[in-house]
Amino acid sequence: MKTILGMLVTLSLIGVVSGGGLAMLSSWADPLIAANKKADTERAIFQVQPDAKNYEKVETVSYELYRVLDATGNAVGYALPWEGNGFQGNIRLMVGVTSDLMTITAIEVLEQVETPGLGTKIMEDPFRGQFNGLVADPQVDWVKGAPATKENQVETITGATISSKAIVAIVNDGMTNLRNDMKEGGAQ
Amino acid sequence: MKKQVSLFTEYTKGLWDQNPVFKQVLGMCPALAVTVSAMNGIAMALATTFVLTFSSLIISLIRKLIPTQVRIASYIVIIATFVTVVDLVMRAQFPELSKELGPYIPLIVVNCLILGRQEAFSSKNTPLRAVLDALGMGTGFMIALASLGGIREILGSRTLLGVQVMPDAFDPWLVMILPAGAFLTLGLMMGGLNQMVLRKKTREERELAARHLQKPKMSLEHGQEA
Repeated sequence: MKTILGMLVTLSLIGVVSGGGLAMLSSWADPLIAANKKADTERAIFQVQPDAKNYEKVETVSYELYRVLDATGNAVGYALPWEGNGFQGNIRLMVGVTSDLMTITAIEVLEQVETPGLGTKIMEDPFRGQFNGLVADPQVDWVKGAPATKENQVETITGATISSKAIVAIVNDGMTNLRNDMKEGGAQ
Repeated sequence: MKKQVSLFTEYTKGLWDQNPVFKQVLGMCPALAVTVSAMNGIAMALATTFVLTFSSLIISLIRKLIPTQVRIASYIVIIATFVTVVDLVMRAQFPELSKELGPYIPLIVVNCLILGRQEAFSSKNTPLRAVLDALGMGTGFMIALASLGGIREILGSRTLLGVQVMPDAFDPWLVMILPAGAFLTLGLMMGGLNQMVLRKKTREERELAARHLQKPKMSLEHGQEA
């Protein structure tokens, strides 16, 4: 009986002290972590919308969406964080798109775990740059092993076709969702 | 009870004789997973050393109060607390590094190096010795991870600590930054180090044998008589 009591008391005490200490630390760290995350998002928004001077969160949709504004406060487009499956895991993108939802301004890879040296080329400009000013109507298309000829086409990366196609699929998926919501007037 | 060694040895034994990675083969998961670059290896080793040192200190201080039946559970709670501290501080102050090391920081909790040192050392020794042992093991872990990461970074991305060290003409060996490269590098390093130790041992033995042979014959004759 005495041992059981000793076990209970010791373990509980350790737990309480640890938990208390962590709660204090967390109250200091949480605002900083939130600020870091916000700074990350902000940087990505301005990267995919080079003309943007300001942005606001669109509250009427169920997912994250930002309306970006130019210097005079006019809406110039949207920045849409969207994610989907890559070759090895989740890929999270920030997609910049014009107000009419017809043209992509740029994309930025926020998170990825693709194969180093192959799939990670999705973050480099020879591939990513193809999305600058790309027409997304009716949707983005890809070609393999040949230079893109149509204005809504991108060329996949040699050795990373799956990662390249994943990016295209994520962009299309995000755009489809955004267009549907716009049609319903949800995000006006 | 084994003989007490000097405080200095308590620290230095972790560097080489009992190096956690090369000799004890502990903590393999982070050693293989995060060493795509030297910086990642160093950061991981620093985080591990921090957790190891503070856990050892606390556990050594309260070692007589913990009932043996719940000692492992107590160690894990204490270790997990310090890992969470590292995780929160990194996410708040070093977001880039935290993104790079990602899920491997929380996984320090189950690093067998840390639990192993608590069970084998801190729970039986004074706080001073426990801290020295932890610092030594941490330094040894850093030596291993930094060299592993350095080799993989030089061959896999042509850089060391982010600075290009290989000429552009050198084609990076992609395999080095893939998981397979970790196994290959670690295996070759361990093999090479064992070979070195073995060679030193045989040389010493040979010298010892040679010295015995050169000894005056008297002892030999004496031995024959007996």
